[in-house]
Amino acid sequence: MSVGAISLRDVTVAYDRHPAVHHLSGSFAPGSLTAIAGPNGAGKSTLLKALMGELPVSEGAIDRGQLSVREFGYLPQAAEIERRFPISVADAVTLGAWRRTGAFGGMTRGIAEEARRALSAVGLEGFERRHVGSLSAGQFQRVLFARLLMQDAKVILLDEPFTAIDARTTRDLLEIIRRWRSDGRTVIAVLHDFEQVRAHFPETLLLAREPIEWGATASALSPANLLRARAMAESWDEGAQPCRPDAHAHGHAHARAHDHA
Amino acid sequence: MTLYSALLEPFVDYGFMRRALVATLALSLGSAPIGVLLMLRRMSLVGDAMAHAVLPGAAIGFLIAGGLSLPMMGLGGLVAGLSVALLSGLVSRTTALSEDASFASFYLSSLALGVLIVSLRGSNVDLLHVLFGTILAIDAESLCLVGGIASLTLLTLAVVYRPLVAECFDPGFLRAVGGRGPVYHLLFMFLVVINLVAGFQALGTLMAVGMMTLPAVVARLWAQTLPAMFAVAVAVGAVSGLVGLIVSFHLGVASGPTIILTASVIYAASLLAGPSSALRRLVRRPHLSA
Repeated sequence: MSVGAISLRDVTVAYDRHPAVHHLSGSFAPGSLTAIAGPNGAGKSTLLKALMGELPVSEGAIDRGQLSVREFGYLPQAAEIERRFPISVADAVTLGAWRRTGAFGGMTRGIAEEARRALSAVGLEGFERRHVGSLSAGQFQRVLFARLLMQDAKVILLDEPFTAIDARTTRDLLEIIRRWRSDGRTVIAVLHDFEQVRAHFPETLLLAREPIEWGATASALSPANLLRARAMAESWDEGAQPCRPDAHAHGHAHARAHDHA
Repeated sequence: MTLYSALLEPFVDYGFMRRALVATLALSLGSAPIGVLLMLRRMSLVGDAMAHAVLPGAAIGFLIAGGLSLPMMGLGGLVAGLSVALLSGLVSRTTALSEDASFASFYLSSLALGVLIVSLRGSNVDLLHVLFGTILAIDAESLCLVGGIASLTLLTLAVVYRPLVAECFDPGFLRAVGGRGPVYHLLFMFLVVINLVAGFQALGTLMAVGMMTLPAVVARLWAQTLPAMFAVAVAVGAVSGLVGLIVSFHLGVASGPTIILTASVIYAASLLAGPSSALRRLVRRPHLSA
């Protein structure tokens, strides 16, 4: 496995013993651009949280190689952001330099200049002194992307970054994702718009609690796979039995219907 | 009555009025910024709960010192307040209870315990002093304590300003970059408790939080940025202290409640006249061109 890959070995993440991601194996190659798609409750956000170390892995292991999870850039779906907090756009973006400045380090002119460039890269020139509470949803998402630019992360995880975002902002932000890829950064995005995935993401992990397929987008999003993903039962089976390890064919594309899934 | 006799004479003639004035000014310097941050963290009522939680500690200090003694009661209050903050944090992290729910249960138990301890020994007058404060009886020692707490608060806020702002604005981000948010949260709760202790003698346990909350909400109505909010809140606290003391002196009413009521009047006036107020809405102004 090359340096900088993130490998998953038979990963199960469970809430209260009920698996949300079930026996997932595979790896995100360095510099790859992967979409994670699947129905509601498929475990997509759960997987990102496990990659960030926010949720413990019930079984299996996630190998981040030499990468520290602190170097991951992460845009959660429901960020716990207090939008009404009186902070300027420039200050919010500059937080992205946290790994360099820390809590007490000096804020150099270079960092301020970098923040200005990041804002202009997301199309928000001149917004520096605006209050974040005065921005529209799309503008605020641009601010969060500018902060990700400042973080200069090798691995970037995005959880439904384009939900409730207008078409033009989506197009601009997809362009930034493309630039990240040409920089050689690993980008993993949870998305639910299959057209968008087909158009912009070379690789796809189709997840329906069980991995359906992980590979080239065209093959992962085949009609047969999509049908199987849709068939996933959303509710938990309250009478589920403990998962028997020998019931699983290990391999990263297995998707047998388990009696408890 | 001349302007001099109305505004300055009480402070020129009476040492206790001067000490009271210095105490309220120091109090507003420390408490008002803390109140602004409490409000922005949607924790205004947690401050209130904390003020009640401080009571048993103060009561034990009261018993040990054998009467009203700000240092002893302050120390007791500090221990009690921090214990409640830590316990509520612990309970909310290990059970399904949210932090405000565990705060509510802890502070009620704490308040009951405090009143019980005071009633064991003290007369009812003493109980009133603990609950409502005796700003006019403040001595030099207590004044040093209040001033010291205000200084410590401002210094600490200056040092941890960035992580504290980050923790208020986006705790998830701070966690993701390894920013140790809980440490700053705890440090902030420590500042809340010591400022309540400072507000103790002046306004009593029940109203000490008034010097935090009321200036903060007024600041929210007038200011847009955090530094401006701090400045407005401190000014509102200081003006309330000054006006409250003068009014209570001339009318012969209790000073603590008068100070808080002055702040309430400023709040009501801001509601009516502030930038996003009721009155402004009556005056239609044309919108700007795009």
